[in-house]
Amino acid sequence: MKDYFYGITKKLIQPLSIKSRVVTIVAALILPLSFLAPLWHMTFVAQQYPEGLNLYIYSHALVGGNDGNDLTEINVLNHYIGMRELAPEDFNELKWIPLIIGGLMLLTLRAAAIGTLGSLVDVFVMSSYFGLFSLWSFWYKMNLYGRELDPTAAVKVDPFMPPVFGYELVGQFHVWSYPAAGSYVMTAFGLLLLLAMYLSWRSDPRAPV
Amino acid sequence: MKRMQKSLWPIVAVAVLVTLVALVANCGPKPPQRGGARGAGGSDQASAALATYVAPGDLDEYYLFYSGGHSGQIFVAGIPSMRHITTIPVFTPYPGTGYGFDDESKKMLGGYLWGDSHHPGFSETGGDYDGRWLFINDNANGRIARIDLRDFKVKQILKVPHISANHGSSFVTPNSEMVTMATRMSVPFPGGTYADVTEYAEKYQGIVAGIKLDPDSGDMSLGFEILVPPFDYDLGDAGKGPSEGYLFWTCYNSEREFIEGGKLEVTASQRDKDYILMVDWRAASAAVAGGQAENVGGAPVLYPDKVSDIAWYIPLAKSPHGVDVAPSGRWIVGSGKLSPTTTVYDIEKVKKAIAEKDFSDTIDGIPVLKYESVREAEVPVGLGPLHTQFDGRGYAYTSLFVESAVAKWKLPPYDDPSNMEQYVVDKIPVSYNIGHLVTAEGDSVSPDGNYLVALNKLSKGRHLSVGPSIPESAQLIDISGEKMKLLYDAFTEPEPHYALIIKADKINTVEVYKKDDDTWPKNEDAVWSVEETKIERNGSTVEVWMMAVRSYFAPDVIRVNKGDTVIIHVTNIEQTRDELHGFAIDDYNINLVIDPGETKTVTFTAEKSGVFAFYCTNFCSALHQEMQGYLLVK
Repeated sequence: MKDYFYGITKKLIQPLSIKSRVVTIVAALILPLSFLAPLWHMTFVAQQYPEGLNLYIYSHALVGGNDGNDLTEINVLNHYIGMRELAPEDFNELKWIPLIIGGLMLLTLRAAAIGTLGSLVDVFVMSSYFGLFSLWSFWYKMNLYGRELDPTAAVKVDPFMPPVFGYELVGQFHVWSYPAAGSYVMTAFGLLLLLAMYLSWRSDPRAPV
Repeated sequence: MKRMQKSLWPIVAVAVLVTLVALVANCGPKPPQRGGARGAGGSDQASAALATYVAPGDLDEYYLFYSGGHSGQIFVAGIPSMRHITTIPVFTPYPGTGYGFDDESKKMLGGYLWGDSHHPGFSETGGDYDGRWLFINDNANGRIARIDLRDFKVKQILKVPHISANHGSSFVTPNSEMVTMATRMSVPFPGGTYADVTEYAEKYQGIVAGIKLDPDSGDMSLGFEILVPPFDYDLGDAGKGPSEGYLFWTCYNSEREFIEGGKLEVTASQRDKDYILMVDWRAASAAVAGGQAENVGGAPVLYPDKVSDIAWYIPLAKSPHGVDVAPSGRWIVGSGKLSPTTTVYDIEKVKKAIAEKDFSDTIDGIPVLKYESVREAEVPVGLGPLHTQFDGRGYAYTSLFVESAVAKWKLPPYDDPSNMEQYVVDKIPVSYNIGHLVTAEGDSVSPDGNYLVALNKLSKGRHLSVGPSIPESAQLIDISGEKMKLLYDAFTEPEPHYALIIKADKINTVEVYKKDDDTWPKNEDAVWSVEETKIERNGSTVEVWMMAVRSYFAPDVIRVNKGDTVIIHVTNIEQTRDELHGFAIDDYNINLVIDPGETKTVTFTAEKSGVFAFYCTNFCSALHQEMQGYLLVK
């Protein structure tokens, strides 16, 4: 048992192999691409909205389709049921998520430059935690907005929860909610970290670095 | 190192590729398909039904813009379905869109309650429709209007002095430098002068005019007027290709008289020939620039007896209506209503006759070209030829009013001119008494040659009876084959004269005035949020900056005193298509309709005291009925 932990620790403090460093750098470099694309994409389709309303959730912005107007339209429709306006300035997530992504990128570069297998594990664990926390935060906001409806609203509806993942019928709207390209970038980042870890784990600790 | 490259790069490459594919992935819904169902049916009726059927949700292939005649409007339909899509009010107030109720459109209408819209004309680039502007004349009040095809709205109405009954209009030059205007019913010159009809031959005058177009904005201004003998200048066209630079108008009543009680229909039909008036618009413009025009009431007027080489007459069979330039620009087709033939002229022969001064006469300084020298052929099309259009495959289509038919005939060259009958290759009866006709892009340099619409004056019995005010009939005819085939009957309100057909993809509309779109003039009175709205009193004037959105107005109460001048600016802050709002005030004869992103202003005097509700007239939402407020007049 002791030997087992000793062995693991020995592995973890070993410097990264060249291959592993290259993969880690690639992972760090693709991470900022997630700023360019939305992390999540929600589509609302109804009989009178055949082309659908689109809402794109970026790490740093909430953007409606149709030159931004779909967000206004969603807010106009939601005011009838007393839902709070989806205003980007009310979402703290849009401030801290980019900050954290930047931090993760720096940590990843650090691991590639001076790191050990252990620092890669740290980056991976933190990234996973960050990803799951962001998802929870997103779910929590959805829940909050769907729950806290103005009691004086023109149209009274029961509290509801739009889908975070998958399809749901909300009122007359068919709503689809799925991760988008930005999330795929994050996933690719995670997979590359795993690959880097695997390559270092497998390599011979006595080989020159 | 070598081993690493082999084992590693493919994995990295795949990861990067996955990322890139994810970034560009885009799965939006597809737009509805344009064009109706096509296919060969069993019978003629079945194939006609299939040819005109546009399935629910699908779009037509062409726009059809009908002039609305004395309704003062333009009607827009789709081809091949012939479904009426919208009405563009031009010279007439139209509460449906609030036209003529807000300050801007009211000012544009200039106090007139109607106009007589006759001949739509598209802006052109290189002789092809470019889908930017549509011009339309007012035959009643010497006016011409420009419609912006981005939003299908009138942007300018120009009134020109001296022109009486502007009929020979709106024909546009191949690169939209000029659009035509002309006097149909001659009156004493200058406009507003009194002279008895007994002095018709000496005191009465016709005017033909070139209206300059700004190449970027389409803004119209008077380029030149030419004082011409008191004939009735009728229809026109602009030359293209070899005839580019010339404008053509037919004219009747070259008898030059109006005998009281003598019936113009008789007196104007005495001479065997009337004329086509041909004007060199570049020479006329240069003469104005060179100071050869006299300023009469603000108009630069050219006198042909003083300025030569700007205008010529070409003799044509009597009482002509249409003069139409073939797509090549070489053949000019003129139709005399009382002759069973249509005459084709060769522009090369016309130019030669001018160069050689091959004239038979001169009228008020305007040389008359010798008919025999410029005529290419007389085509025996049938009875009452009025107007001609083209298919781009060497054929012309002439409407026959008296015969109630359309004749299809071959343009020159003719191998055997001794037997012209053989060149009239097909004829189709129409219901009934056709005036104009239009083919798809038929007066451009490249007609599409598939559809023809016959614009018939009478429709008796072909529709459910609606009493004695019988609508007009428009018949869709397939001209893609050797034989013309009748496809569909449509009916319109009074009264299309000419129409134009344009391929749907040439028109690019906006459906929302985007808040930040600076291609539209900025409205300083727009307000975009409740916080920006306000009411200000300045003496006895109350000015309101209001916004409308689903489903409320802000402010929703306006307090004024009896006799106050009230100015209300309403901005529809919606940025979603088809979310129009109305703003009507009960008993105050006011109804604005404001499109998404638009601001309209209405100014009125609060003449009646009491409480007056205002409300949204254009259905907007589930709580549209609740969209209301009060004007309190103390």
